[in-house]
Amino acid sequence: MPLLRTQHSVLPGFTLSFALSVLFICLVILVPLSGLAIHVSQMSWAQYWGVITDPRSLASFRVTLLAAAGASGINAVVGLLLAWVITRYRFPGRRLMDALVDLPFALPTAVAGLTLSALFAANGWLGQWFEAIGISVAYTPLGIMIAMSFTSLPFVVRAVQPVLEDLTPDVEEAAATLGATPMATFTRVILAQLMPALLTGTALAFTRSLGEYGAVIFIAGNMPFETEILSLLVNIRLDEFDYAAASALASVILIASLVLLFGIQLVQSRLTRRWKGH
Amino acid sequence: MHERPRHWHQWLLIMAAFAAVAILLVMPLALIFTEAFSQGWAMVQQNLTNPDMLGAIKLTLIVALITVPVNLLFGILLAWCVTRYEFRGRKLLSTLIDIPFAMSPVVAGLCYLVVYGAQSVVGNWFSGMGVQLMFALPGMVMVTVFVTCPYVARVLIPLMESQGQHEEEAAIILGASGWQAFWYVTLPKIRWALLYGVVLTNARAVGEFGAVSVVSGLIRGQTLTLPLLVQMWNQDYNTVGAFTAAGLLAAMALVTLLLKTVLEWATQHNTDNATEQKTEQDTP
Repeated sequence: MPLLRTQHSVLPGFTLSFALSVLFICLVILVPLSGLAIHVSQMSWAQYWGVITDPRSLASFRVTLLAAAGASGINAVVGLLLAWVITRYRFPGRRLMDALVDLPFALPTAVAGLTLSALFAANGWLGQWFEAIGISVAYTPLGIMIAMSFTSLPFVVRAVQPVLEDLTPDVEEAAATLGATPMATFTRVILAQLMPALLTGTALAFTRSLGEYGAVIFIAGNMPFETEILSLLVNIRLDEFDYAAASALASVILIASLVLLFGIQLVQSRLTRRWKGH
Repeated sequence: MHERPRHWHQWLLIMAAFAAVAILLVMPLALIFTEAFSQGWAMVQQNLTNPDMLGAIKLTLIVALITVPVNLLFGILLAWCVTRYEFRGRKLLSTLIDIPFAMSPVVAGLCYLVVYGAQSVVGNWFSGMGVQLMFALPGMVMVTVFVTCPYVARVLIPLMESQGQHEEEAAIILGASGWQAFWYVTLPKIRWALLYGVVLTNARAVGEFGAVSVVSGLIRGQTLTLPLLVQMWNQDYNTVGAFTAAGLLAAMALVTLLLKTVLEWATQHNTDNATEQKTEQDTP
């Protein structure tokens, strides 16, 4: 493969590792993806448009988008708080807190869903308090939002943490010496530097929330038009053997998540280049 | 950077963080085990020895035991290829590997169903050979491999990039074969990260729900993994049973967290040592 190589390395094994990696990526990732694309392209445009603008589909788009946006909002705040406290202060239980942040990644989504639905049910440990002030969480869009924010919480914390660790205190001290209030120091100095990482983390959390399935279906109630998320609708169409409709809906989620993925990577590489350029 | 909190508002922030962790993370964990044991120890034992449960545990282990080695091998190959050579499409290769992270698991399952299902060309060929891919073990393994394939590579790539390749090059120049250079030079440097990748891959392989539920067909006693059993028993109103299965998975998650913390520390330690040695060598 000398055509591909742009620089020679004395290490052997390029052909082997390159060929096997490409073969694996093709078989495992690209073939299934293009299979879906071919399946969708066999539909006529009118058919495709009909599936996507079906009122039930539109309702599920709305529920999924709103809940994912709400969950990402919650995570931006809670994630920033956790990252801040873990990196800035020394207190008993800090290491435990740091380790527990990854629980949503380690805990299977079905377990998360089952547990959250019991926790927030009308007679559950937390649900009863919400019920007392007249708010139902389980089987409502609010429940979907909570399930999504549970599964995507670590993204924001883990994105912000390394940047926060690298911030040197001298800039803050300079701001304080120059007469900035603590609030101004936080928003203009710290938050400004954290923004790229915070946005990346929130975007990753949003991407994950859009596709979340296991945790949501337990707590959502799954009422068409009200608490039915897009991934579930795909699965329902599959159970009805309506592969065309399922593929059309899946293509929407797929395109959205791929655009988000490549967008995040593009922005990230731009930012790193800009930082390195300084 | 770390300081002991002095002001009341700093303590307030810490309290808020503890409250968030308690509500979002600790309470769910506590609830799982409380519910599982709510009918007593005998009930837990009965649930654990239920044939459906035993079948699900066995199937989950089989899926994980096939998935982890496959992705371990692939992860090493990809990381080696991407970090050791300069070639066209290097960036593209390491971007493509992130796709499974961004994709909805249900969509992943659907893609596999469309390409490898009985109506497709490939699935048809296989069923002609007497092999059923979808709604059976092979399909469940295939989607699990898809969902978990980025983990090992994602852990290895930054580490191997930062370690560089001078030592491997030295080994080759001194007459080692490629395998020897990998086995005696690279592998000891990346072993903790490798184990870390395996732990993450395993946790996801055991816990995968969405993708597997699409291709499993949900046949009782045959294609139910533990997460699918949780849902099945929950739908059957066997709440204690569902929470017992969930408890097993939660225990796995806790072990994963523990291993992850230890391995992160070990990797950190390793990298620090490496950089220390490097700076020692660099300074005359």
